[in-house]
Amino acid sequence: MISISSMTKSFGPTAVLRGIDLNIEAGELVALLGPSGSGKTTLLKIIAGLEWPDAGGLVVDGKNWLALSAQQRRIGFVFQHYALFPHMTVRDNIAFGLSVRPRAERPGKSVIAAKVDDLLGLLQIAHLADRFPGQLSGGQRQRVALGRALAIEPAVLLLDEPFGALDAAIRRDLRRWLREVHQKTGSTTLFVTHDQEEAFELADRVVVMGEGRIEQIGSADQIHDRPASPFVARFMGAVVELPVTLRAGRAEAAGLDARAVERRAMADGPARLFLRPDAIALEADPASPWRLTHKASNGAMIRATLQQDGGLEIPVDLPRHSAPDLSLGSAYRLRPLTGAVFSFDAAPQADAARPLPILKEKRL
Amino acid sequence: MQAVGVMAPGQSTMIPRVLIGVAVALTLLIVVAPLVYIFSRAFAEGWQVYAANLMHPATVHAIWLTSVVALIVVPLNIAFGIAAAWAVARFRFWGRGLLVTAIEIPFSISPIIAGICYLLLYGRQGILGPWLQANDLQVMFALPGIVLVTMFVTAPFVAREVLPLMQAQGSEQEEAAVTLGASGWQIFTRVTLPNIRWALLYGAVLCTARAVGEFGGVSVVSGNIRGQTNTLPLHVELLFNDLNATGAFAAASVLTLLALVVLVVKTVLETRRGV
Repeated sequence: MISISSMTKSFGPTAVLRGIDLNIEAGELVALLGPSGSGKTTLLKIIAGLEWPDAGGLVVDGKNWLALSAQQRRIGFVFQHYALFPHMTVRDNIAFGLSVRPRAERPGKSVIAAKVDDLLGLLQIAHLADRFPGQLSGGQRQRVALGRALAIEPAVLLLDEPFGALDAAIRRDLRRWLREVHQKTGSTTLFVTHDQEEAFELADRVVVMGEGRIEQIGSADQIHDRPASPFVARFMGAVVELPVTLRAGRAEAAGLDARAVERRAMADGPARLFLRPDAIALEADPASPWRLTHKASNGAMIRATLQQDGGLEIPVDLPRHSAPDLSLGSAYRLRPLTGAVFSFDAAPQADAARPLPILKEKRL
Repeated sequence: MQAVGVMAPGQSTMIPRVLIGVAVALTLLIVVAPLVYIFSRAFAEGWQVYAANLMHPATVHAIWLTSVVALIVVPLNIAFGIAAAWAVARFRFWGRGLLVTAIEIPFSISPIIAGICYLLLYGRQGILGPWLQANDLQVMFALPGIVLVTMFVTAPFVAREVLPLMQAQGSEQEEAAVTLGASGWQIFTRVTLPNIRWALLYGAVLCTARAVGEFGGVSVVSGNIRGQTNTLPLHVELLFNDLNATGAFAAASVLTLLALVVLVVKTVLETRRGV
């Protein structure tokens, strides 16, 4: 079990981690999800021992890991760009972690060879054993990188954007395959990604990070349906933000039918409703202030643009085959399928859209 | 010439021909002719005289001295080059930019000036002169002086080859090795060194060529004592001043052969570096 408490870290004047508390159970598969600059990779590197926090605790299976060097922790680390040793064959790459052990602890040559053969089989790359990394495709390289990390039977497996450099089709393949490998090895696994689909499809639990803080921890459905903050709502794609009036926990506005949005235990008054463009249905309603100004189809979805009298413009995505006939210039009522209400003080979109600083990672 | 498509508009073949002709003519005139001349003069009086010139004790000593200097300087420069490149590529520290500039200074300073600086520092009248004399240490007009000046002149060669490569490769492979439990020495010998081996060899070859051929700086600090502190390039000049042209050309042919070997090794290494 990994237990992280009150961890902070700054690079010069930039605070990268602003107090992280997180527990991960043995055997769990957890995703750290967030935009670049949210501190997720730094957190992973601190667990690996490649970075050190300014303050806080890191205890794994009852041992204080901050007192251990990276070499002593026995972690498996998989890099986005593989970081394979180019002058070694696949076999030697995978055997590296075993062959560098002190003589007294090092397994015999035949034991290492057998172990490597096992892994080659598990990773379905037995036919590549004698090739060099330069002769492999990206997906094959990442399998080798994972094999190299698994060879030392790590207490924790850490993956930094493991599929970030690969094509969409290969990513989907490797995702399924990583899930299988995790089920077979049962190792506690933590991976970093900025891809929601990847995080939700793979992980038991997803940790959403933003600007050095944990914004929310939960399952795909929980985070989708009940984002804990405007940051999470926006990050999950709720880019439509409507000013509403809250009455008895229900959002109300002209041309809005928000009965499907969960009630919120908040004081009556002005509030802000966050919606995903693909979770809004349209119903013809001549009394509505929302008018269709533009529509375009990408085959599967129709992207409609609606404008309010006041000038506010929002996108709505509708499945083409079940969408009603839409005519330009007509008025429509918005009927959100899900949504989240936050107080009106929540920073407006313009602020959140400001690009986050991309931190230059410190080198070894 | 590059192959062009059938559809490409017609171009004059005149300009490429003139340019190629000029390049070839200049190469022949400036590079090849003098090289051929060295060998033709060295063998002008036949094999026996050539062999006798080479076997002359002063010449043999000059060859030996030059080899000793190279054997001391090149390994030291390899060590310095790796250390400097490692420091600059892997760490951020105050004065890092200055260090990079300082490493390149020998490229832009005339070797004669380096020689004079060492003379003023270590010579009899120099700042360290009295202390060296009191401790009976002979630096100038002896092997240590020659080695020091040669090291100064060749200092940038290895570092300049290795540094860009280490910067381009980044430290992820080394970080991977750390997480797999490798010690510092294991990381260096099993990950870092194999990655930079061709650049390192290439730098070492360039360094050797420069160390063997260095004239200006060494001529200031060696004192030209025949059979004692005369390196091969200095010896060539000495023989020439003695009006022993055949002897001078024989000695020069050894340097030239060495240079040709270096050239071949360098070309082979250049093709391997991409691997």
